Amino acid sequence: MEVGRLPLSASQRGKLISAGYTTLASLSSLSPSHLARDLRIPESEAFEILRVASLGCRLEQPDKRTAIVNGGQTAWEILNEEKLYPRITTSCADLDNILGGGINCKEVTEIGGVPGIGKTQLGIQLAVNVQIPADYGGLDGKAVYIDTEGSFMVERALQIAEASVLDMSQYNELLRKESRACQIKIQPTDILEKIYYFRICSYTEQIALINYLDKFISEHKDVKIVVIDSVTFHFRQDFEDLALRTRLLGGMALKLMNLGKKYNLAVVIFNQVTTKCTEGSFQLSLALGDSWSHSCTNRVILYWNGDERNAYIDKSPSLRSASASFSVTSKGIRNSASNHKRIKLM
Amino acid sequence: MANKLINQMGLPKSIANVFAARNITTAKEALSLTEFELMEVLDVSLAEVTSAIARISEITCPPYQTVLSLMEQRIQMEHMGGHLSTRLKGLDDALCGGIPFGVLTELVGPAGIGKTQFCLKLALLASLPPSCGGVDGRVIYIDVESKFSSTRMIEIGAKSFPEVFRTKGMAQEMAGRILVLRPTSLSEFSESLQQIKISLLQNQVKLLIIDSMAALVSGENVQGATRQHLLGWHISFIKSLAEFSRIPIVVTNQVRSQNHDEVCQYYFQAHRRERIVENHSGYDSHLVAALGIHWAHAVTIRLVLDAKSGKRFIKLAKSPVSPPLAFPFNITSSGISLLTDDGIELTGPEINTIHCEGHSDIINFDAERVQYEAT
Repeated sequence: MEVGRLPLSASQRGKLISAGYTTLASLSSLSPSHLARDLRIPESEAFEILRVASLGCRLEQPDKRTAIVNGGQTAWEILNEEKLYPRITTSCADLDNILGGGINCKEVTEIGGVPGIGKTQLGIQLAVNVQIPADYGGLDGKAVYIDTEGSFMVERALQIAEASVLDMSQYNELLRKESRACQIKIQPTDILEKIYYFRICSYTEQIALINYLDKFISEHKDVKIVVIDSVTFHFRQDFEDLALRTRLLGGMALKLMNLGKKYNLAVVIFNQVTTKCTEGSFQLSLALGDSWSHSCTNRVILYWNGDERNAYIDKSPSLRSASASFSVTSKGIRNSASNHKRIKLM
Repeated sequence: MANKLINQMGLPKSIANVFAARNITTAKEALSLTEFELMEVLDVSLAEVTSAIARISEITCPPYQTVLSLMEQRIQMEHMGGHLSTRLKGLDDALCGGIPFGVLTELVGPAGIGKTQFCLKLALLASLPPSCGGVDGRVIYIDVESKFSSTRMIEIGAKSFPEVFRTKGMAQEMAGRILVLRPTSLSEFSESLQQIKISLLQNQVKLLIIDSMAALVSGENVQGATRQHLLGWHISFIKSLAEFSRIPIVVTNQVRSQNHDEVCQYYFQAHRRERIVENHSGYDSHLVAALGIHWAHAVTIRLVLDAKSGKRFIKLAKSPVSPPLAFPFNITSSGISLLTDDGIELTGPEINTIHCEGHSDIINFDAERVQYEAT
């Protein structure tokens, strides 16, 4: 590998090359003081260059001797860990089923659909559901809600929170009749207090916030979900340079993925749809183009199927593609009514 | 906040100077580059770039609020928790009090259905004095289609609120609060939007109406997808206008007939297409909103006005707070009135379809269509 490919600043790279250090091999047996003298730079800077070079070196040729590389995990360990991943319920049992139990933590899930299908509703529902206490099988976490479109409705959040509290107290009555003492103590206003709402008004702010989230979440460790409604809006308006857009979006997706892994939280991104011309006919597809579609772990599309709202798993490394119906009621996202009948018939 | 200056962010002097020397002065310019691009341009190490970006990001990103504090703030600060009542009881109940402040509300429907009538009524309501339940503000009415009629508006007012209009000089005072703009082109419209932004804050403007958004673009000589992109800037501008001045913005949209090749489906639904096309031809007139899906994502509330078997309906096609309800209405001398305050709950995409059957203006158009499809 050449020195040119190392993440070094241009002047350092220039100095290296002019001093004759063009390949990584030539740097491998150097001491920092030697390099500092050769390049006429402070020793600390030389040390930094060598550190970067040794990192680059390790990436290139995985040494057989160090088969257990730092930071790696065996598949067996990952399997055991995956079993423990908490999931956030969507409040619709059918939808939870096809998602393997709910929205997965540590993963980035993208959800798209036509206007009015219920994207924002699902976002608010998830922000409420992440707070279900551990006694009820929830995560007892907090939520970050990033609103880029201004479509978040406080009234609606209150309705969903009220319904959720009601459900929990009903559950309480059903299962714990004997222990009356164990009453529900959560108020709907408590739920609203645990949703951190950010209103984003330009793509610059969006990038800034994603960069800042790392710090924010390290200060608010109990945040378990980040909802972005929607990632598309500002990137669809007045963007001339599409290549730049792709680079910025890619960088953003990467940061979100790291965030999910690092803090063990779920990232849910909403996307809009657009019409795309393929083979002479127009079809709906999610916005932001093909390279964006690689950046999420899971992709769910919400669509109308006759009179029903359906969700379809478009892409997922672990779930099979399936669809399930859901409905938007005054209480929030729930199982669709017709499905109830079908189950009853059976 | 995107245009904050980097040299005022308290970065270490050395790196701040490097940014300044490369002519990167605002947060927008810095964050529009990836970290590696910045390393290249600024000629500094990765660690320095990362820490500088972290600092810039922290300052640029807006502060958070909990939803609870947001709610309390709205309830305390604003008239009726931030809603403009439409005085149509059923509709107000469904919308938690009326047209919400701070977001876009769209009216879609065929010509002559009553969109402009609705707008005129709303303009009056916003300018009513508080003693009569109004918000006592000014109204800006952007009349693109030249359909605004003062005579009609005063008639609606006199019939709906006789007690107010009987007071001498009241009609003049109220009408004097409604400012009508008539832009003739998109560029003129953009200009007036810029001016409005300033005057909204200075004057007590409580409502902005744009009748209609679709007419603005139909004048421009571009087709298809590029037509949508013309509005890109306007969409985000209008949305931010609503948000920051906390006023309701009402926009109307026209309809057009749907082309046959425009099947709104995803690729994985393709095999079902034939069946659906079969279903629809015959009775449905295939009307869709003139501004497409990109625009539809931007509006928060969409009200569809349509006519089916001789009856007119207002349908809550998209609204985060209310169930999909349809209200039958008619137009009287006092403007739009609901026939019943109990809406009919619709299931499925029916709420989004726009019918125009048995509605006098378009009857011939429909008959032609039926003939055409029979042959």
